[in-house]
Amino acid sequence: MTATSPATNALLLLLRLRTFVALFLVLAFFSVMAPNFLTTANAVIVSKHVALNAFLAIGMTFVIITGGIDLSVGSIVGLCAMVAGWLVLNGVDTGMGYTIWFNTYEIVGLVMLVGVGVGLINGILITRLNVAPFIATLGTLYIARGAALLSSGGRTFPNLNGTEEMGTASFPFIGTGTILGLPFMVWLLIAVAVGAHYISRRTPLGRHIYAVGGNERGAALSGVKVNRIKLFVYMFSGFCAALVGLIIASQLQASHPATGETFELNAIAAAVLGGTSMSGGRGRITGTIVGAFVIGILSDGLIMMGVSSFWQTVIKGIVIIVAVVIDQAQSRLQARVALAQEAAAAR
Amino acid sequence: MSDHPIGLTIRGGVKVYPGTRALKGVDFDLRMGAVNVLVGENGAGKSTLMKVIAGVESLTEGRVEMGSQPVHFRNKSDAVAHGIGIVFQELNLFPNLSVAENIFIGREPVRGGVDIDTAHQYKAAAALMARLEQDIDPDTPLGHLRVGQQQIVEIAKALAQDARILILDEPTSALSAAEVQVLFRVIRDLTAQGVGIVYISHRLDELIHIGDYITVLRDGVITGARSMEGVDIPWIVRAMIGEGSKEFPRTEPPNFGDEVFRAESVTLPRAGGGNTVDHVSLSVRKGEIVGLYGLMGAGRTEFLECIMAQHPHSRGQFFVDGKPLTEPDVASRIGRGIALIPEDRKRDGLVQIMSIRENITLSALGRFTRLFHLNLRGEAATALDFVKRLTIKIASPENPVSSLSGGNQQKVVIGKALMTGPKILLMDEPSRGIDIGAKAEVFRTMRKLAADGLGILFVTSDLDEVRALSDRILVMANGRITGEFPGDADAAAIIGAASPSTQRSQAA
Repeated sequence: MTATSPATNALLLLLRLRTFVALFLVLAFFSVMAPNFLTTANAVIVSKHVALNAFLAIGMTFVIITGGIDLSVGSIVGLCAMVAGWLVLNGVDTGMGYTIWFNTYEIVGLVMLVGVGVGLINGILITRLNVAPFIATLGTLYIARGAALLSSGGRTFPNLNGTEEMGTASFPFIGTGTILGLPFMVWLLIAVAVGAHYISRRTPLGRHIYAVGGNERGAALSGVKVNRIKLFVYMFSGFCAALVGLIIASQLQASHPATGETFELNAIAAAVLGGTSMSGGRGRITGTIVGAFVIGILSDGLIMMGVSSFWQTVIKGIVIIVAVVIDQAQSRLQARVALAQEAAAAR
Repeated sequence: MSDHPIGLTIRGGVKVYPGTRALKGVDFDLRMGAVNVLVGENGAGKSTLMKVIAGVESLTEGRVEMGSQPVHFRNKSDAVAHGIGIVFQELNLFPNLSVAENIFIGREPVRGGVDIDTAHQYKAAAALMARLEQDIDPDTPLGHLRVGQQQIVEIAKALAQDARILILDEPTSALSAAEVQVLFRVIRDLTAQGVGIVYISHRLDELIHIGDYITVLRDGVITGARSMEGVDIPWIVRAMIGEGSKEFPRTEPPNFGDEVFRAESVTLPRAGGGNTVDHVSLSVRKGEIVGLYGLMGAGRTEFLECIMAQHPHSRGQFFVDGKPLTEPDVASRIGRGIALIPEDRKRDGLVQIMSIRENITLSALGRFTRLFHLNLRGEAATALDFVKRLTIKIASPENPVSSLSGGNQQKVVIGKALMTGPKILLMDEPSRGIDIGAKAEVFRTMRKLAADGLGILFVTSDLDEVRALSDRILVMANGRITGEFPGDADAAAIIGAASPSTQRSQAA
């Protein structure tokens, strides 16, 4: 039945699992080179570093699969951190002589609304006003960052440890708490990742996300509600960014308006490293997560080896480019194999 | 008329594409200082023959000679160097550049090898516009011009290359009557200077008017070649479609039910005046195959797109089972039982990078969804079932749909449409780009679906096809329905109704 040699199939399998192979290689490399690398304590630290990027990368993956891009996530992180800080410290002054205070749950809800709201604005700009995703999200990148700076006049909101009487004592838990030995934020990441993976593989919504990125016109003529799909992915990306903003504010128990600068680039890097195609239609959540781990482990491992952070930046760039080159090779090989199989079947 | 020297000959020209032989041993003489008319149905091989002459394609077998010297064009610039210019049917222009820049694209006049001599470019372009009697400023961005004017620019581009042989592929399809007269004057002017013109068109009266020699192609074979003297429309039609017709015989007796679909006075305004679709009304009954015949640009595709809610500015009403179709979006129109099989599979019909399974179920995912959970096993089973029912030959439903042949891809598109459980199937050129075998299978499938009670409205510009398949034929020209015929109607009458001459559209 198959018109391909075992060698070709083995190569194809290896290429398909390349992000896992890369992950294994960096793990093995640092386990040997950095003696303290393979310890439970270090694993927890690394996973916390990775988690922040992974949240953003998951949201970014959906956006990129539809053929778009979301440059605003880093700024949404900053804005959401500032909103969280403001609500913990200042509450909301009604202007009528009293101030409304919110407990942790309410703050979380409001901050998430802000993140999803910015995503909704992105989506509306892109679907209703036909602004190119790059431009729309570049605009909101500046607007959200400016709003974050304005909220505090550029200053940091300090001491966000919360108080019992306001019901905010649990605020630090989001970024620092642990459940069953695992950081709460890692549990959160697992939940978001599983949810996103489920959406992408097992729901019509997920299928439609791929269809929009593969052929927007064809998808529309097949009855896919393209605008709704796009609204969803930008809102989901905003949702993920809001989570990161909350976690950082809670972790540091302070929020600074520059929080999240250039995070969008790391998120794009993780998605691309995980096999997401910038031209849309292709990508997997599992790949993105592994991609985020490869980048995170690379940075942390190199630090432990004492490699200069300047070199880290160079190495990160090389890894991304190599990943994309391998990705191209895989696509070509896969297409060739499928063509050969179908040509054989048609005969 | 025999004083026209032969400028280019093709002997034994064969062109093989994967799966089809587009030209089967063609002998063609191109006479200089005359208009050589080339006519034939879509897919007869006209465009392939012209692409060979223009260096876009090369022959698989046979030879091309110019002045008894064999020539071999490796690419288009090779042909241009031999003095051959071509105006393609599809415009190859840049809407973002000016008229002058378009005319000189790729061979810009430069000063000292550095910068573009815009003054010279402007002057030359203005002279060409004057010659074509057009009041167009060469600095105008091309995108601001009407399609007819753009076509004139395309012609000017070919003229600017001082071609000795000029190929015009359907040059008048977007021109107004006045513009056609100008073009004819320019053609006469060129032939007087000894230029050899190859003129391709579907407008038969126009061909007889302008042509000096005529060559008729059918299925890659030349079925008639002579001087234009004494040629009339019936002769051309006979040569085009032959005496015997390709048959796709009906196996079941027609069994029409109630009206399933009706369009009333559907109109789509064209930007810049006029209507692309002009008050079209029609109806289709259950089990009936209605063929909508017309030339390219007659508004057929746009009409189908109106039904599929692709043109929010269109007016008129549709009814499914007698109830008005008011849903504004594609998804709910699919829900009402309408399914479209678009003309351009690649662009509109399929998501090329998705798998066969994912494509075939894309419009009907609701079938496999409970709440929001997609039942992948059920999906795979149904996909496989449709693959079997439509006899799609595949190795694995998980392979990307792009790995399939055109015929199998088309069946995937049909499968996708059928999976939505439609009442009326709209098919736009269902046999385009697929080989004879797959064509016959697609037609058999259409017959079977109709026998099962589906109403089918299909668009085609193939005369054989529309006569062989249709229970009823509607002819469309210039956006209007210009004729209605029974399925076995006379070919000449159908061609006559489809020929968009200016007098008829004014009279209608």
